[in-house]
Amino acid sequence: MAKIKPSQGAAYARIMGVGGYRPTRVVPNEVILEKIDSSDEWIRSRSGISTRHWASPEETVSAMSVEAAGKAIADSGIRAEQIGAVIVSTVSHFKQTPAIATEIADKLGTGRPAAFDISAGCAGFGYGLTLAKGMVIDGSAEYALVIGVERLSDLTDFEDRSTAFLFGDGAGAVVVGPAKEPAIGPTVWGSEGDKSETIKQTDSWEAYRNGRPEKFPALTQEGQAVFRWAVFEMAKVAQQALDAAGITADELDVFIPHQANMRIIDSMVKTLKLPEHVTVARDVETTGNTSAASIPLAMERLLATGEAKSGDTALVIGFGAGLVYAATVVTLP
Amino acid sequence: MAATEKEIVDGLAEIVNEIAGIPVEDVQLDKSFTDDLDVDSLSMVEVVVAAEERFDVKIPDDDVKDLKTVGDATKYILEHQA
Ligand SMILES: CC(C)(COP(=O)(O)OP(=O)(O)OC[C@H]1O[C@@H](n2cnc3c(N)ncnc32)[C@H](O)[C@@H]1OP(=O)(O)O)[C@@H](O)C(=O)NCCC(=O)NCCS
Repeated sequence: MAKIKPSQGAAYARIMGVGGYRPTRVVPNEVILEKIDSSDEWIRSRSGISTRHWASPEETVSAMSVEAAGKAIADSGIRAEQIGAVIVSTVSHFKQTPAIATEIADKLGTGRPAAFDISAGCAGFGYGLTLAKGMVIDGSAEYALVIGVERLSDLTDFEDRSTAFLFGDGAGAVVVGPAKEPAIGPTVWGSEGDKSETIKQTDSWEAYRNGRPEKFPALTQEGQAVFRWAVFEMAKVAQQALDAAGITADELDVFIPHQANMRIIDSMVKTLKLPEHVTVARDVETTGNTSAASIPLAMERLLATGEAKSGDTALVIGFGAGLVYAATVVTLP
Repeated sequence: MAATEKEIVDGLAEIVNEIAGIPVEDVQLDKSFTDDLDVDSLSMVEVVVAAEERFDVKIPDDDVKDLKTVGDATKYILEHQA
């Protein structure tokens, strides 16, 4: 039998840089209230959200990604041509073929990297990060770019009072590259397909094309079932990721959960019994739920404001439609 | 061993105190979670999960909306505890 040479990669991988893009238009709760019977007080108390960003027609999935990724590349100190893989996680890019990743890769001036899109809802960042880490360690890419990007305003039913206030738009990106020390822990991830109906697009594109639903498809969810799952099941997954990385809550500096709802975040912090010194990302207040973009966006903001610093140990966990989840411990860039 | 009515009310009082900060003595059978005890629909989910663990019962989402008062919850737990 002929002998196949094994691939040769780095010993470990790390996040080298992070970047984000928030659309220019800031949308306060007052604007949401034009279409639903609710109140600013109700929205704040149930979700912690006071404003979110909505993209303009020019702030496309591609344009926002290029902005966020450009910052991440600059932050990492490498050149765009060195990137060997571009992974884009999104559920709100409305053209299935070709993958938007190739266009983004081209606009960034990356050369000819492997480029593809993934769909893992609000766990998309963790899924992409895990793939990127595997590539760097395997050697199939020396540097890999992970982008989470959403225009969820395109998938929002502004007349649905249980979701109209939740979602926002934006992009977040990280560059993953070789490291001398472990800087991305084991990923605890999975799916619960038996709960696939709890968060979903109302109707398929096919049904819409055939004129069955009159309304454009939008995101819908069983709010309390999702809340229960997120708060209790995901706290267990977060704990497993800490255990897998051999990190105690005391050693943790930062907690960056998917920014779905402040109430979920607060409740997870309690369930996990995180000590006072742990900085908790609460970006949802001014960003809303941006699905795959939420974790890198929150990470960028914590580093920009100085609430977190390079070298800090952070627990990240994403969870959402699928249902899917992914949690890991990382060293911040 | 199955909990008695008093043990359940006392347990619920501790849970509500922990989640909503309401004094334990305010948690009485006739009190409504949302109207009297400042437990909104999302806090109610937390109360339910805590009660499930404490009293070894399963309270499905569909049944939660029928538990309007502390008395409703106590009766439910008495009837369903393992
Ligand atoms: C969406 C969410 C905030 C809704 O809260 P909820 O407590 O489940 O809301 P419910 O639909 O049960 O409604 C509770 C009460 O508020 C009212 N209500 C619902 N939406 C309202 C609104 N926008 N404004 C004012 N009142 C509202 C309901 O009429 C109901 O009143 P009632 O008890 O008098 O009948 C909450 O379920 C949630 O955030 N879940 C998690 C979702 C999530 O983050 N998903 C993404 C994960 S990736």
